[in-house]
Amino acid sequence: MDRKTILTELKKVLAPYTENKEMLDGINEDTDLIRDLKINSANLVDIIIDAESTYNIEIDFDSADRMYKVGSCIDVIIEKMNQSA
Amino acid sequence: MSRRVVITGLGVVSPNGMGVPDFLHGIKNGISGIKFVPLFEELKFNCQVSGVPEFEWDQLKNYITETSLYGLKGKGIAFGIKAALDAWTDAGNQIVSEETLWETGCVFGSSVADTDVIKNAITRVDAKESKKLGSRVVEQIMNSGVTAYISGRLGLGNKVISNSSACATGTQAILMGYEYIKHGMAKRMVAGSSEYVDSYVFGAFDSMRVLSRKFNDQPEKASRPMSMSAGGFVPGSGAGALVLEDLEFALARNATIYAEILGGSNNSGGQRNGGTMTAAAPAGVVRCIQEAMADANIGAESIDLISGHLTATIADKFEIQNWVDALGRRGEDFPLINSLKSMIGHCLSAAGSIETVAAVLQIAHGFAHPNINLEDPLPEIIDLINANNLPTTLVNRDINVVAKANFGFGDVNTCLIISKYNNN
Repeated sequence: MDRKTILTELKKVLAPYTENKEMLDGINEDTDLIRDLKINSANLVDIIIDAESTYNIEIDFDSADRMYKVGSCIDVIIEKMNQSA
Repeated sequence: MSRRVVITGLGVVSPNGMGVPDFLHGIKNGISGIKFVPLFEELKFNCQVSGVPEFEWDQLKNYITETSLYGLKGKGIAFGIKAALDAWTDAGNQIVSEETLWETGCVFGSSVADTDVIKNAITRVDAKESKKLGSRVVEQIMNSGVTAYISGRLGLGNKVISNSSACATGTQAILMGYEYIKHGMAKRMVAGSSEYVDSYVFGAFDSMRVLSRKFNDQPEKASRPMSMSAGGFVPGSGAGALVLEDLEFALARNATIYAEILGGSNNSGGQRNGGTMTAAAPAGVVRCIQEAMADANIGAESIDLISGHLTATIADKFEIQNWVDALGRRGEDFPLINSLKSMIGHCLSAAGSIETVAAVLQIAHGFAHPNINLEDPLPEIIDLINANNLPTTLVNRDINVVAKANFGFGDVNTCLIISKYNNN
């Protein structure tokens, strides 16, 4: 799965936690989940849980700590998909 | 200096009406909100009927943010949010405030946090899947969940308190809110309570053999306070909320005033002299009512209407005796008395707040709502108070002062004295 496909799917994962859904259309790898999308920091664990089930992966604590930007989320997802493949 | 406290906003989630206009129509016309619950038949409960509000999750769409609504599963919290925010806007306020409202607080009560949400947590943890619970469970299983949602949405910065006092919870919340304003500690309080009676709480009451079981095929007949054919109460769900306000604060912003709280009392019979975990000590009840009248600085002769606790158990006749003793009024001289539970069942923690909303509406619109299912009043009750004082149809009459009481497990009592607002 390429990064662009993951980014498109990631939008669906982020949608329930993003107050302003329109902002999701313009996201790129530099978009910060908390600062730009105004996602409540407590909801990051929910995003991780949803990403685990969407991609059938397990995200450990250290990797989860890196998932604050769209690009780093994609890094972790690809990494974990490769591990479980 | 003691402040006067008025009611400027009302909100309700009731089995017989979502929102104040529907609820007003419901209580005037004796509309029952009791329904047959197929799940309760499946679970082999003796009582298979309940007071169920016509609630749908998307009714909350304009109340809280979409992200907050996503993941909200606790119905008790949902009912509380709806009633409280309805009361807030009814009082003429905007929901969204940029700043913290330091002069406004919240007292909102409940009995148990939503057991369906707790069940989900138990199931996940036992299946070794606690990591899948996510961020939204704790806020919904904490007893202060409902106040946290309400105060967060409205930006309330004064006291934010979650009270619990079994079936006296709702009236206790309102009394506490009243006292904070009266003593100058807050200008405004959002006060009320909510209850979602799920199968686990319901089953526990069912096992106590205190619920109505003979009317499963006629749900609207099942809740029969003061009636010879009453055989227990019908649990119900819902929420009620009031905006209480310092009179001067309300006048300064030109608020509509529904009624004034003149006083109240909250006590316990100490589970002595007839009082137990489940039964109210007569001396405690009488004292509570008399203290409420003294706090309100009124005599018993001023009371036009009693909104009773009156659940449809054996306790009904004892309650009437206690009112007679507390007021020193009997027979023809007794005030009108009604039980909203005949229409909506016993909403437990939410009973006091929903019934207080009904009491305020009866003052504001000049009527006493009927007691439905009272074709056969108990002779012991008719011996004490005249049957004319037990309306079975709508009575249109000026209601100046209402005494509203609730009595709960643990032998706890609360009585409020509510009056028409007089500008003097």
